[in-house]
Amino acid sequence: MSDNKSVNVRLRRVGLAFGDHAVLRNIDLDIEPGEFFAFLGPSGSGKSTLLRLIAGFGPMPTGQVFIGEENVAQLPPWRRNVGMVFQNYALWPHMTVFRNVAFGLEERRLPASEVRERTDAALEVVGLRELADRRPSQLSGGQQQRVALARTIVIEPRVLLLDEPLSNLDANLRIHMRREIRELQRRLGITTIFVTHDQDEANTIADRMAVLNDGILQQVGSPMSLYDNPANRFVANFLGTANLLDGKVERDEAQATFRAGCGLQIPLQHDAKAASHATAMFRPHHVSIADPGQESRPDIVSFEGRVRHREFLGNLFRYAIDCGGQDILVDDGHQVGRRSYEIDDAVSVTLDPVQVRILSN
Amino acid sequence: MSLTSRPHWGPTSIAVLLAVFLIVFLAVPVLKVVFVAFQDPGTGGFTLVNFQDFFNTALFRESFWNSLYVAGMSVMLASIIAVPLAYFTTRFNFGGAMLIQTLGVVPLIMPPFVGAVAMQLLFGSNGSVNLLLDEHFGFTVPFMEGLNGVILVESIHYFPFILTNLSASLANIDRSLEESAQNLGSSGMRLFRRIVFPLAMPGFVAGASLVFLKVFDDLGTPLLLNVNKMLAPQAYLRISSIGITDPMGYVISVMLVLFSMFSLWVSFLAFRGREYASVQKGGGGLLKRDLGTWEKLAAYAVIVLILALVLAPHLGLLLLSFGTVWSFAVLPDAYTLEHYLRVFHTSSQYVTNTLIYAGLAAGIDIVLGTAIAYVVWRTGIPGRKWLDYTATAALAVPGVVLGIGYLRTFYGVQLPFSEQPLATWWVILVIALAIRRLPYALRACVAALQQVSVTLEEAAENIGATKSRTVRRIVVPLMSGGILAGFVTSFATASVELSATLMLVAQQSDAPLSYGIYVFMQSAAGRGPGAALGIIAVIIVGLGTYVSHRVIERSRRLRTADRVVAEATAKLE
Repeated sequence: MSDNKSVNVRLRRVGLAFGDHAVLRNIDLDIEPGEFFAFLGPSGSGKSTLLRLIAGFGPMPTGQVFIGEENVAQLPPWRRNVGMVFQNYALWPHMTVFRNVAFGLEERRLPASEVRERTDAALEVVGLRELADRRPSQLSGGQQQRVALARTIVIEPRVLLLDEPLSNLDANLRIHMRREIRELQRRLGITTIFVTHDQDEANTIADRMAVLNDGILQQVGSPMSLYDNPANRFVANFLGTANLLDGKVERDEAQATFRAGCGLQIPLQHDAKAASHATAMFRPHHVSIADPGQESRPDIVSFEGRVRHREFLGNLFRYAIDCGGQDILVDDGHQVGRRSYEIDDAVSVTLDPVQVRILSN
Repeated sequence: MSLTSRPHWGPTSIAVLLAVFLIVFLAVPVLKVVFVAFQDPGTGGFTLVNFQDFFNTALFRESFWNSLYVAGMSVMLASIIAVPLAYFTTRFNFGGAMLIQTLGVVPLIMPPFVGAVAMQLLFGSNGSVNLLLDEHFGFTVPFMEGLNGVILVESIHYFPFILTNLSASLANIDRSLEESAQNLGSSGMRLFRRIVFPLAMPGFVAGASLVFLKVFDDLGTPLLLNVNKMLAPQAYLRISSIGITDPMGYVISVMLVLFSMFSLWVSFLAFRGREYASVQKGGGGLLKRDLGTWEKLAAYAVIVLILALVLAPHLGLLLLSFGTVWSFAVLPDAYTLEHYLRVFHTSSQYVTNTLIYAGLAAGIDIVLGTAIAYVVWRTGIPGRKWLDYTATAALAVPGVVLGIGYLRTFYGVQLPFSEQPLATWWVILVIALAIRRLPYALRACVAALQQVSVTLEEAAENIGATKSRTVRRIVVPLMSGGILAGFVTSFATASVELSATLMLVAQQSDAPLSYGIYVFMQSAAGRGPGAALGIIAVIIVGLGTYVSHRVIERSRRLRTADRVVAEATAKLE
């Protein structure tokens, strides 16, 4: 494959409606050249619609869609030169694997020798040269996936769009294809957008990602920064389990303090602003559990509670601890011989305030 | 799905009875026809001389080519009508789509021979349309001259086969198959030619081969239009004028069977080895777009024109049945109820016979259909699949051929206590009708049986019900919706069957409606009453079609309970 220069994708005030129903609202987004970018969100969040919009499918959007320097918002799909791999692969059943892959080159009226050469090369890249004469129905799911990829990359698109490409594969194959796609993308250096509803998939594959909900862009960033610093309750919950405590932030000259409705107090070390309504967020594994009455360090928050519920998850126990009417989830790593707590046991729970994030709401 | 239960004497004896019935009334007569075609009339030995004679006779050669020509041209004309309609309904958003799909089925309610004479009066050289054309524009069009008439009437009646199959094929194309082509740079006619058209091909081929088969086998339409130089009419005329010993009728029958088998094989090939099912959630079907005002007007104009053509035979028949004299005129001179009164007074035996014959034939069909379905799908009896294959093979046997086979096979068999041969007894006609409709009834019964989960049977047996009681109390009641739909369809189509009827009716008093229509329509004076009988037939068949549609809808709604079981079973597997 040639190493043509990667381009960026910029969305400016993009909106889209099916009739009266707004599906995407005022989206601004910059995707860097050569980046592996993920759209993450629950079903109905508008992530697939946004991807299809970039490819030119669906109703006419408002706003601008730049691929490189060109605004493509008004162009029909066949003039955009962005390659899309469909969720169901959309391989044409009446053509062989070779004809499927050659199709896009033939549509570009390339000479037959070049079509053959490049098609062979693309099949080589995905490791399917020897299956070129098969029909799609004679291939396994993973092979069909590779044909769909080859068919798309053979035209050397400016941007590669992947619409939940792993959702039709079984669990093991999914992990395998995930790596394969990521390696292929690195090799080709092509700007890639990947749609998924699975946060593990987005975390492992993407350089950066955008979380969508209800047609609104919630947050953009690297997987780690979004996990550690979610912008709001939705992102916090969607990217893993979270303790979310309602309360307020009070501050004097020296110190800011979060006071939860249930009476818990968490000293905040960073320069949090005072707020009458705020949410404190921390993950269950940030919290430790121990026997009650332990001596606690001054920089650590500690409170007494009672085990209300517990689940054994293999690598850990997840406890729900009742602390003054508020349930706090605690993940306690499991090893052979390690002490576990029973329901109604009195326990002491500790939390390093460094791990706590204040979400404005 | 297959059960591993031991063969049981009950099901086995039923399977043997079924096999005997199919052998006696389907396999033996058809094989007899083939056998006679290859038999030397003098010596009784094997010979090809009959086929040689056939191709050495100018009349038969001409008939052969005419049949091919008419069937081929009918497929062409039916395609010209059906393809735009199918494309409009699947490609564009507009109100006419429903209209097309509904009215497109109307021609199937009436067999082509019923409307043939009416079409002559509308489109013939002295028919309404040509009279108007001559008066206003000074020219006429030979719509109904010779073979043209057969082609026109047949294609108007059978184009729905192409319409429904092609529409289904187009509707099943996943939207993403089209979108991925656009994504790779394809659009417009190229996209249509490279993706949409090849994907829709199987549906078109299936429909077209059905049209070919129906037209090639049709006997009534050419006879009524006075076109005798075609294969099916020649077979009938040879047997009815020269007698059942003349080998030519058998040679022609073998050819009819061969071409029928060929058409069925083509439609089977069209679908084999191609998997069109797709897993895309949501957006199935092609991209639809809205029409502009002018496009909409143009589309409606085309549709109205085609639908006018489609309804012409029905309209003509209605006019004919109420008209006094209709000759060299655009419309009948005056209107009257006389034809209906005459039919009710003198010819009501046609209606009674039809109701009895079609009712009995449909009854036989569902009993056989249910029994075969059960034996094939729910028992382990060796060779059970052959019951299904044999019953389905009746599709490839034209009515003329079955009629000739029955005459030849059962003419020598005397009915007990009378001098009458079995072949001319009215019951043999009922059996012929039943055999002709069995493939359709069988499919309805198989579909109904497959809806009934095996676990429901096992539950009954588990608490002590015997096999036969389980079938009677659990399986058949649960299948009843599908069985009833099969009954009504068989009844409706059997009541207008002509080709086998024409061969097997021995006396006027035994004749059903279709025979009556045929006899009346042959004389100018009989057209009025013939049309009145035709309208009665249309009403019977139309009602039947409507009822079976309602029954299918209703049983589908009542299926929820079964689905619960089916889903639970699916989870376990």
